[in-house]
Amino acid sequence: MEEILSLAEKVADQAEVYIASVKETPVGFEANRLKQIRTRQSTTIALRLIKGGRLGFAASSRLDNPQALVEAALETTQFGARARFELPSALDYPLVNIYDPEVEKVSLEQMVQMGQSLIDKVRAHTPELLCDARVNKATVSVQIVNSKGGRSSYKKSLFSIGLDGNLIRGTDILFVEETQNSCHPVLEYHDLAESVIKQLELAKNLAQINSGNFPVIFTPRGVANGLMAPLAVAFNGKLVLQGASPLGQRKGECIFDPRFSLWDDATQPYRPHSSPCDDEGIPCRRLPLIERGVVSHFFYDLQTAGLANTQSTGHGSRATGGLPIPMASALIVEEGDMSFENMVNDMKEGLVVEVLMGAEQGNLLAGDFSGNVLLGYKVERGEFVGRVKDTMVSGNIYSALRQLTALGNKSMWVGAALKTPPLYFSSLAVASKG
Amino acid sequence: MTEKFRSRINEALKDQSADYIEIRIEEAEATRIQYRGRELEDVSRSSSLGGNVRALVKGGWGFVCFNDLNDLPGRVELAIKQARLVGKETSQLAAVIPVVDFVNEQLGKDPGKLSLAQKKELLDQYNEIIWSVPRIQTSVIGYGDGRKNVVFASSEGTYIEQSRVDVILRLMALARDGSEVQQAHLSLASPGDFSQIEGLHQQVKEMAEKAVILLSAPKAKGGEYTVILDPVLAGVFVHEAFGHLSEADFLYENERMREIMLLGRRFGGPHLNIVDGAAVPGLRGSYKYDDEGVPATKTYLIREGVLNGRLHSRETAAKMGEKPTGNARALNYHHPPIVRMTNTYIEPGSTSFQEMINDVKEGIYARNWYGGTTSMEMFTFSAGEAYMIRNGRVAELLRPVTLTGNVFVTMENIDAIGNDLHMNQGGGCGKGEQVPLPVSDGSPHIRIRRCLVGGK
Repeated sequence: MEEILSLAEKVADQAEVYIASVKETPVGFEANRLKQIRTRQSTTIALRLIKGGRLGFAASSRLDNPQALVEAALETTQFGARARFELPSALDYPLVNIYDPEVEKVSLEQMVQMGQSLIDKVRAHTPELLCDARVNKATVSVQIVNSKGGRSSYKKSLFSIGLDGNLIRGTDILFVEETQNSCHPVLEYHDLAESVIKQLELAKNLAQINSGNFPVIFTPRGVANGLMAPLAVAFNGKLVLQGASPLGQRKGECIFDPRFSLWDDATQPYRPHSSPCDDEGIPCRRLPLIERGVVSHFFYDLQTAGLANTQSTGHGSRATGGLPIPMASALIVEEGDMSFENMVNDMKEGLVVEVLMGAEQGNLLAGDFSGNVLLGYKVERGEFVGRVKDTMVSGNIYSALRQLTALGNKSMWVGAALKTPPLYFSSLAVASKG
Repeated sequence: MTEKFRSRINEALKDQSADYIEIRIEEAEATRIQYRGRELEDVSRSSSLGGNVRALVKGGWGFVCFNDLNDLPGRVELAIKQARLVGKETSQLAAVIPVVDFVNEQLGKDPGKLSLAQKKELLDQYNEIIWSVPRIQTSVIGYGDGRKNVVFASSEGTYIEQSRVDVILRLMALARDGSEVQQAHLSLASPGDFSQIEGLHQQVKEMAEKAVILLSAPKAKGGEYTVILDPVLAGVFVHEAFGHLSEADFLYENERMREIMLLGRRFGGPHLNIVDGAAVPGLRGSYKYDDEGVPATKTYLIREGVLNGRLHSRETAAKMGEKPTGNARALNYHHPPIVRMTNTYIEPGSTSFQEMINDVKEGIYARNWYGGTTSMEMFTFSAGEAYMIRNGRVAELLRPVTLTGNVFVTMENIDAIGNDLHMNQGGGCGKGEQVPLPVSDGSPHIRIRRCLVGGK
């Protein structure tokens, strides 16, 4: 690593080397039984240069030829974008706990046993359910060094367990799914099984809803797959800079329901998307995006912040494999005051949406969402009556979040990227066949 | 690559006690150029070298991937150990004749032989065209090319070296008027011929203009319509809605899915023929051998409206008692091969577009695509542009629409198939964590009765 840096320093004005190593062991179950055990080891090196004011970049998984890496990056500096930032010198980082040595100690046999007993538990409720399950443990280590003296590194442990099942009757297919993840081993998966069983219970009968406007509750999972994509885009500093975000000119304005607050936080302990620094060595922090309905901050990496005359918020991500870009880490929606049960009780006729398939395919920048209710339930007079099919829910996130009926009083993590309570809307467009 | 790895691979495969072992070594190089707005934002190069070992013991699979190529025998041992922990049944793989082959085809203008400056010059031209259109707020141009050399060897004696080149170009223009934003896309790709993305100046201009026109277009009213899909969108439909259902790994251990997808079952009218095949030459989903070393084929999924075949890996073929089709593909060495599509299309019929639209009183003409997704039975896909059809004519432009439906009902409701097959090369297919895999899909214009359209 230091060897690459010293080679690069000789030919460029500034240089940064990023190395990430991952070792993971996914155990996979298909059709109710153990199918495959995998081990993955990979290391990636990325070199970023600034020469003559221009950026250069090359990445490789080859550790054998540092000279080739430096030359490839150097070639791209002829055409690269103008660098609008200085690499960070030595900085202080927050203490973020993300490594639990217990993860590595979980044995393959234990993981196999966990996956199988999860499947058995769910199938004890519905024997015809066909389940796939995954149990995964991983260790990630990241090191960043640069020619300005910046040095950062961390080690992270990851563990996840998930199940998805399908139940087929005639040509009707029901999908159920749940996942839990953490930097600790997830050894207690009772809640996970219960959640799947609850989905199976609620979906037992089929129900019909007519086309029209109806109240709709999005469960935390429904919020994640149906509503969040437009917001993650709109608060991205890069889109703001380009004028593509509809929120770009509205900082300080109250354009959402005053009960709606959203922030991004990569410093939550033992969460998979947490880390002391981002992929450019900038310290992570809790960043408010919406405070009581008011647009408060956008998230930035170094280059975008430089272009926008502001500071990086610690959101530089290398998820694309190329130069860092701004990306949200873990979005958190503030809880409200209504219980999920009271929301359901409150509805005369409406829907509860768990999965809105294809919602992100619409015009994300405009905030439009429109998707097929892959898993959702009809509610009549405060009671669940069954699962709906052939039904689309459409709307616009900006008008919908202005007229929220209520926010749930209990939030939960959906995957690693979002923690949210259920959201209750008084009227959304529903189109249905039948 | 041969000399470097062949003897080491053979050494590692020798005297191992598994029912089947394969080793794959992959060497890749890629270039990427991205513009955001008027500025070139990212130009980068990448290279990778890595491999994997997959072992089968008593029906259980072990898989190990790595980019440190030392100690191949140790990796093989670990894969076998993992497979042993899984395997409790009998291994089943459809028989294939072992082959030794070296495949290195180059179609047209090799992007690897062009300088960064040459590539940049073309992209600069396209970006200027986009920005010459008034009311464009921003644009994104993403260009990528790559070459991959893959060595595949199995314990059955197969040894194959294949290389593939890919070129892809995606353009997006975004127009804005106050708080209204609309976008238009163009996506093109080729299995290695740079000239396929040259000379698009007129198309790029039309794309940018489309984004502006959409600002003043009304939204569709949600509900059921007679819908005509253009070849691009119909191609996405056949890929998403039916292609994924034909992947045998969804079926082979699922008794009920097998009942639904029973060969001989009628899915559409006698005019409906659906094909998938990597043996269809010159497309992004084309290859000579799949990632299990099985020769590519061309498979009729639907013939004259009736389910005729499906896509297989060696394992699914054996377990369903059918012939392997050469559809096991891996995104890269990080992943084991799984059943995937290649080039998927609806064969052309005899109806002209004019005949198709003539008797539609009120309907929607949907063109181009944003994306699509499927859950076996249900699908949704999004059109990049849409028009009302009124009294047999294409009428006003609409905002982009999302179409959804039940696959089985929708296939039955295809009542006209055009004579104008066109293959779309710009797509990338996702399945599980393996995204985006180069594929192509296509169709002539098709007409669907009673299709559900989302809207206000």
